[in-house]
Amino acid sequence: MSPHRLADEVGRRLATRARWHPMEVLFWGAVLASIYILPGRHLILTEIAILGLFALSLDLILGYAGIVSLGQAAFFGVGAYVAGLLAKHGIITEPLLALIVSGLAATLLGFVTSFLVLRGSDLTRIMVTLGVALVLREIANRYAWLTGGADGLQGIEIKPLLGLYRFDMFGHTAYCYALGVLIVLFGLARRIVQSPFGLSLLSIKGNPLRAAAVGIPVNGRLVAIYSIAAGYAGAAGALLTQTTAFTSLAVLDFERSADLLLVLIIGGTGYLYGGLLGAIVFKLMQDYLAALTPQYWPFWIGLLLVAIVLIGRERITSWTRPIHALVARLDWRGRRSAPLAATDGR
Amino acid sequence: MVGDGRAGDGTQMLTILFDGIAYGMLLFVLACGLAVTLGLMNFVNLAHGAFAMAGGYCTVILVNRWGMPFLAALPLAFLCTAVLGFAFERTLYVHVYRKSHLDQVLFTIGLVFMSIAAVDYVMGSSQMFVRLPGWLEGQFSVLGVGIGRYRLLIIVVCGLLTLMLQLILARTRFGSQLRAAVDDQRVARGLGINVGGVFALTFAFGSGLAGLGGALGAEILGLDPIFPLKYMIYFLIVVTVGGTSSITGPFLASLLLGIGDVAGKYYMPTLGAFVIYSIMILVLIWRPQGLFARGGAR
Repeated sequence: MSPHRLADEVGRRLATRARWHPMEVLFWGAVLASIYILPGRHLILTEIAILGLFALSLDLILGYAGIVSLGQAAFFGVGAYVAGLLAKHGIITEPLLALIVSGLAATLLGFVTSFLVLRGSDLTRIMVTLGVALVLREIANRYAWLTGGADGLQGIEIKPLLGLYRFDMFGHTAYCYALGVLIVLFGLARRIVQSPFGLSLLSIKGNPLRAAAVGIPVNGRLVAIYSIAAGYAGAAGALLTQTTAFTSLAVLDFERSADLLLVLIIGGTGYLYGGLLGAIVFKLMQDYLAALTPQYWPFWIGLLLVAIVLIGRERITSWTRPIHALVARLDWRGRRSAPLAATDGR
Repeated sequence: MVGDGRAGDGTQMLTILFDGIAYGMLLFVLACGLAVTLGLMNFVNLAHGAFAMAGGYCTVILVNRWGMPFLAALPLAFLCTAVLGFAFERTLYVHVYRKSHLDQVLFTIGLVFMSIAAVDYVMGSSQMFVRLPGWLEGQFSVLGVGIGRYRLLIIVVCGLLTLMLQLILARTRFGSQLRAAVDDQRVARGLGINVGGVFALTFAFGSGLAGLGGALGAEILGLDPIFPLKYMIYFLIVVTVGGTSSITGPFLASLLLGIGDVAGKYYMPTLGAFVIYSIMILVLIWRPQGLFARGGAR
């Protein structure tokens, strides 16, 4: 096969891979239907959408670039506080615009701190990301005149969305808004990971040294995806502030980063839907268990984490395997072509 | 954390130095087990603080409820936590050594969360204090420098422990086996050293030391269910800054951290813990193996 034809072939297969799958269509159809089917549950559904978006940000760096982070709450918190401050001081009152600005602020922080996670082992990365989140929490705690300190940022008033839709107490507007943001950002993430850029990330995750040897600018790619993921986390934080009209130091808590890892592990990493499925399972579980004993909820999280590790993560996420099998069978994209790896060796 | 005897600038500085040293030595006893765990098995035990908390609560029960003398309760706290550590190591931890760092982190965070909720359930969420004997309270003055009696005890006990550790590591057969295993696990195995056994004992001993530190530190650090989370980062700082290849590294790092933290809170209260976290990040970036680490091949 000549190099030119090979490139064509690769491009064609990438395009095939990137097409929307019937199961995906079904999933998003069900999500949209929830607006009408479950009008009484919009408050928890909003929480699920926000958590799903947050988990998506971790999946982008953990599932695709292999960066283990224990401080994703840093970006979530920055987004939440920026959105809160913008609304409180009337700087940008339109929520969607404020959301974009908050996301960009988090992206900027992600860009600046991304240089810290380029070097070192998993362990170094874990501690550096944890350290960054702690520093931010400490800053938010110290500058109480700006952030409200331990009492939280009070007196936030969220203006109607696009100047038209008022946020109601049943959370209908909030849910539609959060869902809209989630869908747009999910589509973008899907586009990113299906692109050649996304493939280069996967190869970096597989083996950074070899990726560099075939000419992939490893550091540049890692900086880019880390900043993008930070923006996603920031958008999720901003959504939380805007839909609850409140934010506090809890958005920067270590527990938030730890819970996030659990959410993603429940759903599985590296196929974007893991975070969303994990968020649904996690929130429903929390809703049920926390209703029994709210104070001892951490115990169940801990037990789950320990059990997942002892049983093995691969075995835990195997509950999605029948779904994958079904997905493969329902594929409308024609016959399954042989995987790329089988043909590129000549 | 700072004594009350603030006469002049010089003596006040000495008092801060004294308090800082006491704090630092306490941190060392708390964290040295973690350094060994990390150095020996490359295992991230974020739940190390949970063992310290266990020691603290053990002392609270022994002294406050059963009326045992404080000094007699300390060895018991050590023993209880060591047994606890041994049991956990043999039943749970041993399955996780070969897994990835992400798995280790998930696992130990899970343990932290469980310990927090369990202690909350059994002991309640409020802060606990150990009832100290009268002769340990208050302070006396040497050349105008205020010396807290309790802090002096901490320095004496922790100093003796450090000396003992150094002797065990340097002089005993077990110590040389441990050092060999830390330096190169595979070769140590090849020489017939039972690395798993060495590790189980070390883990139990490190947990015991953490428990003793928790018992001693309940008065200074405060004892409540979120203890393992609150001090997790301090232990990590000691280990990252000190490195894991020797015992001197973490010791110096603990002293620096203790003095820096006490002085920072006194002289620059607005900055708070900010400086310490930033220093940790910088050290991690600059020298991922720790400030005092030898340039070993690992």
